[in-house]
Amino acid sequence: MMNAKELQLEIRLRAARIIHQAKSSHIGGVFSSADILALLYGEILAKDDSGFSDSFILSKGHCCAGVYSALNCQGYLDDKQLNTYALDGSPLMAHISHKVKHVEFSTGSLGHGLPFAVGKAVLRKRKAIARKIYCLLSDGELDEGSNWEAFMFAGHHKLDNLTAIVDYNKLQSLTTTYNTLDLEPLEDKLNAFKWHVIRCDGHSLPELRSAFAADSNFKPKLILCDTIKGHPISFMANKIEWHYKPPTLLQLDALNVELQNFYQ
Amino acid sequence: MRNSLINNLIQFNDNRGNAFLLVGDLGYSVVEEFCEKHPDNFINVGVAEQNMAGIAAGIASEGFHVFCYSIGNFNTFRCAEQIRNDIDYHNLPVCTVSVGGGVAYGNMGYSHHAIQDMALMRTLPNTTIYAPVDANEASACFDAIINSKSPSYLRLHKAGEPRITESDSNITPGIPLYASGNRLSKRLLLTTGFCGQGAFNLVNSNTELCHYTLPAWGLRHKNYLPTFAEKYDEIIVIEDHLLDAGFCSWVLECLIGTKHISKIRSKAIKTEGIGLVGSEDYLHHASQLFDIMRD
Repeated sequence: MMNAKELQLEIRLRAARIIHQAKSSHIGGVFSSADILALLYGEILAKDDSGFSDSFILSKGHCCAGVYSALNCQGYLDDKQLNTYALDGSPLMAHISHKVKHVEFSTGSLGHGLPFAVGKAVLRKRKAIARKIYCLLSDGELDEGSNWEAFMFAGHHKLDNLTAIVDYNKLQSLTTTYNTLDLEPLEDKLNAFKWHVIRCDGHSLPELRSAFAADSNFKPKLILCDTIKGHPISFMANKIEWHYKPPTLLQLDALNVELQNFYQ
Repeated sequence: MRNSLINNLIQFNDNRGNAFLLVGDLGYSVVEEFCEKHPDNFINVGVAEQNMAGIAAGIASEGFHVFCYSIGNFNTFRCAEQIRNDIDYHNLPVCTVSVGGGVAYGNMGYSHHAIQDMALMRTLPNTTIYAPVDANEASACFDAIINSKSPSYLRLHKAGEPRITESDSNITPGIPLYASGNRLSKRLLLTTGFCGQGAFNLVNSNTELCHYTLPAWGLRHKNYLPTFAEKYDEIIVIEDHLLDAGFCSWVLECLIGTKHISKIRSKAIKTEGIGLVGSEDYLHHASQLFDIMRD
């Protein structure tokens, strides 16, 4: 088992390698959410004999290379399986798949993860089941109305066993969130929906740790993570093209060096 | 029919069942008793069908059989992707219950007419369609649904339908049930859902006809129909749904590659009737749904 600090580096290294190998996409979003995944899989998610007793739902399913890599780092997915990522005949689709052990829910079309997580949360609260639910969303995904239906429901039902995390890298498919549909003032909106909102640096383990640990005053919790797409790679940071492009072999070598130096 | 469903749900949970009822802010004077008797297993999610379907999948993933209750197209077309991805793909025990199948909502208009719903739901690989003709079949459908661990679509009419079928029938998806008429007849009326009531009336006035209902069918249940079709010279498929991609289309798909395909005639809701104001009877008549002498 790796700790969160080790996972920050290893999730990125392994995800970059399999994305390169499959000539797949979405490395920018994997890197913006990698530190959130590192803390979740390194410290937050409770475990039992069969795997995880808490639930984690990746609503931004296109960033599954990060989750598959985290599972691999923690011994839940072997190297042979990981290496089939996005290749013919593999269950490791390029959008997260429940056909992979320890993945509860498939997503890919945006706006599906949170309502599902809300369903688990309301049931567990009603039946006094202590297991918690975590759901990671993208910022562009908040354009989907289904999320706002779920926000309203979770706030109304005081689902304090549910934590939503937004990877707020402020870029979506074509341009910035600001130029597409301005999400701000996002904290105010979510507070108005009766959520307990905490904003933090989504690349800082201490800040993330503190946000996850904070009391939510009997409300569902939303951790709004300020992040940078492609972080911490110099030639990827804050560039939309890395929503689409796989790194070339040269770029893979370069980012491996940058990652090793950054996380030394 | 809808009262039959609620009574069955109450009885099931009275016996320590694990059914959970979600409603999309509908079910006035229908769902209250369930809510009173099993409040922990009931939520009115509000007017939010996408959320309702996602929540249903989440609750079902925790080991409950979830019933999502609404009317018309609201809990099918509005949240089609949630049903496809969250429920059907994960093969979760969620029953989407739609009241007002066909043109039961008559003069409420096109928004409330469920005449393409079966076309949508029958393409989902894990989902079985249940469409009872009366309260007896509705009750038998409930038994089949609750014993299945897979997704289902329960297409109900409304209330007060005459009971025309046996009360103790067992339902197996894909296998038609005898309803009425001459068992030796070579002319068959095959129906699914409420429009079987009209077929029942036709058979009563024509001793040369035989009527079977098919209350459960779907993408995975096509094997038996070619054998069943062997007995007949003519099979008239009646549905309160558009012909395109509906029940008759499913029948034709079952018979692809057999000689029986030429036996099929269709009576369905016609697009020309869309937009007309009228009672259910009026709209059926406008489509000549039970005029089997004319195509």
